Amino acid sequence: MITVNRDKCARCGGCVSVCPVSALTLTEHGIECDKKCINCSTCVKFCPVHALSLKKDEK
Amino acid sequence: MFDAEYDVVVVGAGPAGTAAGKICAEHDLSVLVLEKRQEIGSPKRCGEGLGKNSLGRMGVEFNSKWVTREIIGATCYAPNGRFVRINYDGPEGWVIERKVFDKELAYQASKVGARIVAKAEVTGLVRADDGKVDVSINYAGTPYKTRAKMIIACDGVETKIARIMGLNTTMKLNDIAQGAQLEMSNIKIDPDRIELYFGNDIAPGGYIWIFPKGDDVANVGIGIRHPYGKESMCAMDYLMRFIESRPELKDGSIIEYNTGGVPVGGLLENMVADNLIVAGDAAHHTNPIHGGGIAEAYIGGKLAGEVVVDALLNKDISAKYLSKYNKMWWDLRGSKMKNVEKLRKVAEKLKDEELNFLAEELSGDDLVEFTRGSALKKLATIMMKKPGMIRLAKELL
Repeated sequence: MITVNRDKCARCGGCVSVCPVSALTLTEHGIECDKKCINCSTCVKFCPVHALSLKKDEK
Repeated sequence: MFDAEYDVVVVGAGPAGTAAGKICAEHDLSVLVLEKRQEIGSPKRCGEGLGKNSLGRMGVEFNSKWVTREIIGATCYAPNGRFVRINYDGPEGWVIERKVFDKELAYQASKVGARIVAKAEVTGLVRADDGKVDVSINYAGTPYKTRAKMIIACDGVETKIARIMGLNTTMKLNDIAQGAQLEMSNIKIDPDRIELYFGNDIAPGGYIWIFPKGDDVANVGIGIRHPYGKESMCAMDYLMRFIESRPELKDGSIIEYNTGGVPVGGLLENMVADNLIVAGDAAHHTNPIHGGGIAEAYIGGKLAGEVVVDALLNKDISAKYLSKYNKMWWDLRGSKMKNVEKLRKVAEKLKDEELNFLAEELSGDDLVEFTRGSALKKLATIMMKKPGMIRLAKELL
């Protein structure tokens, strides 16, 4: 699963467009990641402000 | 709050969505345009540059209220500091205020009868047995339901509407630029020209821009692309490093902070499904070399609107019928954008010394032609002069 640093995230939604399994959603509260996440880290590589990271315990 | 049924529900009230909504409303269709953000045009994900030529192609009337600064040229810097200047005889474009611009477009669509609602998010779409679509909406925390014959998805890079309706628009990492931008004030800039900085060290796979919005105000931004950058550095890191290296910028104020994903390729062969057309960033309607998308989105939205009007008149909203949109877009914009994408794929591989060489050989007029997908043969001929670039030059032809 992906964790979102909400202080860093500027809510641009770019990560949503690269997620291959539609696990990310841009909501009013920012980016949310659901269980479909396959830990591919494509979104982590995309994020222009390094706001996303893979949660270590579920790697 | 909402009617029980509309001919068309447009998702997203950016330039694509309001263009589509306006066309449909002008042809007496009932249209609902939903914008999930609470303010149209904000937060921006855009450098806010708009060429006179682009405005003409959009068919939108000039209005001084959305202009922050007239632009009479551009200066493109190679990594060694050598520059190519693009000079125009007079104002050739503007840096605009997206918030004002997008709202003006929304106003124009509403004036001809499109109903536009902000803070209204589409939470579900289900194709019903009668061939219409059930639409669930969350408006400011309250759920609503309506129905539509057609959905036009203009919901930006983060689009999910197309995927829900069975059309995969996922972008490859290489086809989307990581964008970061600070609107800065009290800085020293050339207030009449946009400035672009190239180099594999300062902006790998992309460029840095300074778009003036006043004598001492500008959007200072960057677009970079995977896999050219260092993994340890994000777009904002590259931008901050650039700003801090510039005495004229480093002490400036930051009056807005933006990030964004900019489609720069990945053009879609198919942008329709049953009951669905996609336009704007959601359909990757941008110029692949510079990432500009206002005009491309608006034109895509207009085409989508025209095809929907025609489809509803002919009572056929099947993917097969709607696919005429694909052909129309590819004929009008797609083939040009494909050429530009080819150029992007070459440009991103140029080494710094090759960029320096090209800055000596090329004129400002050449650069303008290239961004329109023209004169690529000329570029290839110049590149052929350097043995190291011959292979890349061939890719252009």
